[in-house]
Amino acid sequence: MVNPSIEAVDLTKCYNSFCALSDLSLRLEGAKCVGFLGPNGAGKTTALKILTGLIRPTKGKALINGIDVQEDKKAALSTCGALIETPEIYPALSVKEALMMVAEIRGVPSAARKDAVMKAISEVKMEEWIDMKCGKLSKGMRQRVNLAAALISDPMIMLLDEPSSGLDPRGMAEVREIVKGLKKKDRLIFMSSHLLSEVTEICDEVAILDHGRLLAYDTLERLTSALSVGNARECEASFSRDLSSDALKEIGSTEGVLGLKLVEPRRLILSFEGGNEAQERILAKIAGLGVGLIAFKSSSSALEETYLRLVKDSR
Amino acid sequence: MRIENVPERAIPRSASQLKTIAKYELTNYLRSRRFYVLLAITLIISGLLTAVVAYYRPSGFLSSPLGFYSSWWGLAVTYILILSGIFFGGDAISGEFQNKTGYFLVVNPVKRSTIYAGKWAAAFIASLAVFGTFTVVTVANGAYYFGLDVPYQFGLSLAFSVLYLISILGVTFFFSSIFKSGSISILVTAILFLFALPLTQSLVSNLAQMEPWFLITYGAEIIGNVLKDPYPAHIVTVQLGRVTFTTYNAPILNGIAIMAAYFLVCAALGMIIFDRRDFS
Repeated sequence: MVNPSIEAVDLTKCYNSFCALSDLSLRLEGAKCVGFLGPNGAGKTTALKILTGLIRPTKGKALINGIDVQEDKKAALSTCGALIETPEIYPALSVKEALMMVAEIRGVPSAARKDAVMKAISEVKMEEWIDMKCGKLSKGMRQRVNLAAALISDPMIMLLDEPSSGLDPRGMAEVREIVKGLKKKDRLIFMSSHLLSEVTEICDEVAILDHGRLLAYDTLERLTSALSVGNARECEASFSRDLSSDALKEIGSTEGVLGLKLVEPRRLILSFEGGNEAQERILAKIAGLGVGLIAFKSSSSALEETYLRLVKDSR
Repeated sequence: MRIENVPERAIPRSASQLKTIAKYELTNYLRSRRFYVLLAITLIISGLLTAVVAYYRPSGFLSSPLGFYSSWWGLAVTYILILSGIFFGGDAISGEFQNKTGYFLVVNPVKRSTIYAGKWAAAFIASLAVFGTFTVVTVANGAYYFGLDVPYQFGLSLAFSVLYLISILGVTFFFSSIFKSGSISILVTAILFLFALPLTQSLVSNLAQMEPWFLITYGAEIIGNVLKDPYPAHIVTVQLGRVTFTTYNAPILNGIAIMAAYFLVCAALGMIIFDRRDFS
């Protein structure tokens, strides 16, 4: 089995004098989830469209598992599931028929086809609407079917363009769970999103794009630490009960902690320095205090700050 | 990190994918309102012809089996073929862009030419269903008046009609791949086949006194001409006073060549355009 990879080599897309994407070079390899961030019009969808053969680059190459998408799209996308924008589905086909069509096109063997479709439908929680005509589905439901279509052949690479777009909060949470499930199955996921909290929660690495140019690509931790003041990092801790002032004092006195912000009685944002070692030490200390620690994660505000700084600097 | 738990799966050959796309596209067509509208139009035309011939018993229709098929078939078949082409081919490709259905299909490991051909095959079969209905009603009426003595020329005309349908769909798919709006591509093909081409043919042959060998409608005249006995001469000149009028009738081989050429050129161009167009 090959090591999954997505590669953009000097990828450029211009429409007359306007360039939506300029010399994007990026290589993603191995099982991980990479968030693709950028303001509206930054070129994220353009890049994903080139990677899926929806548009042709003006210059450069898009490679999936080393195969040029423009030269041999069929082979390049053979192990890749994609959801770009919010596709419409043939209105007179039922959900099941639409997914059967995709399963047949993708080469799911006939004996396994029905099971594959049922599994994909169940993953997106659409069992109840399996026989409903696609033309009668709401936008959110259609997006679930589209996601099911991308999942249907259990691809090793997933290209997702704002997959939770058009979904209600419950649907968004379900999409996050699906992507987390894919991570557990060691897939390579490249996902654009405007939701920084979503990216913080599920992505290992982040690529930030603006004006068609790649501003940064690194792990979430390295990116937020490298761009934070004095190497400071932020984490968010949640508790099952209100924090006492003694507990706050104790946490604040931990080596490396630069500041505390109690945003809610049970939610604390800590800024600290010292990298992963310090993070490990602080987490152990809080857990040892027996103050009801239930969650400890990188703060999405850290990514937000990093993102805003990068995007601001590029303007 | 290498991924080990992904099922090894061979993507089907293009011919198999074409069959899949045609199957589901056809299902979509056969459940669509436009299919039933076209079927209703065909049944209304067939019903009117049946009623008029039964009531008025026109001599042109009932003089001989060949005369019957010539009058009945020649009156309506080209319109039914053109309407089928417009209904099923007019927005077949442009709809993929306008309605964003292309985003559902094109991101899969399938060549765009396969999608194009699959959709064309579905449109052809759906059109054949409508055309077949008209053929059945025609033969049923012919059998009522003349028994099962169907002249062989009707078989030829039927074959030429199928060829005309193939070429019409080739042209409509070509226009459909040019425009991003479904309604514009439908309008353009409707104007082209129902007005522009017949008008151009009339102007070229009657005023310019030139053989309109480059027009698909001229080639399609073999559908009606083959039902005439004898087959009309290639060039017919009529002298009216000082003015000479020349009319042209495409010989059978020329007619076949014109329709086949339209299909081949339009299908190739349409596929190239669809293959290169951006979904943006």
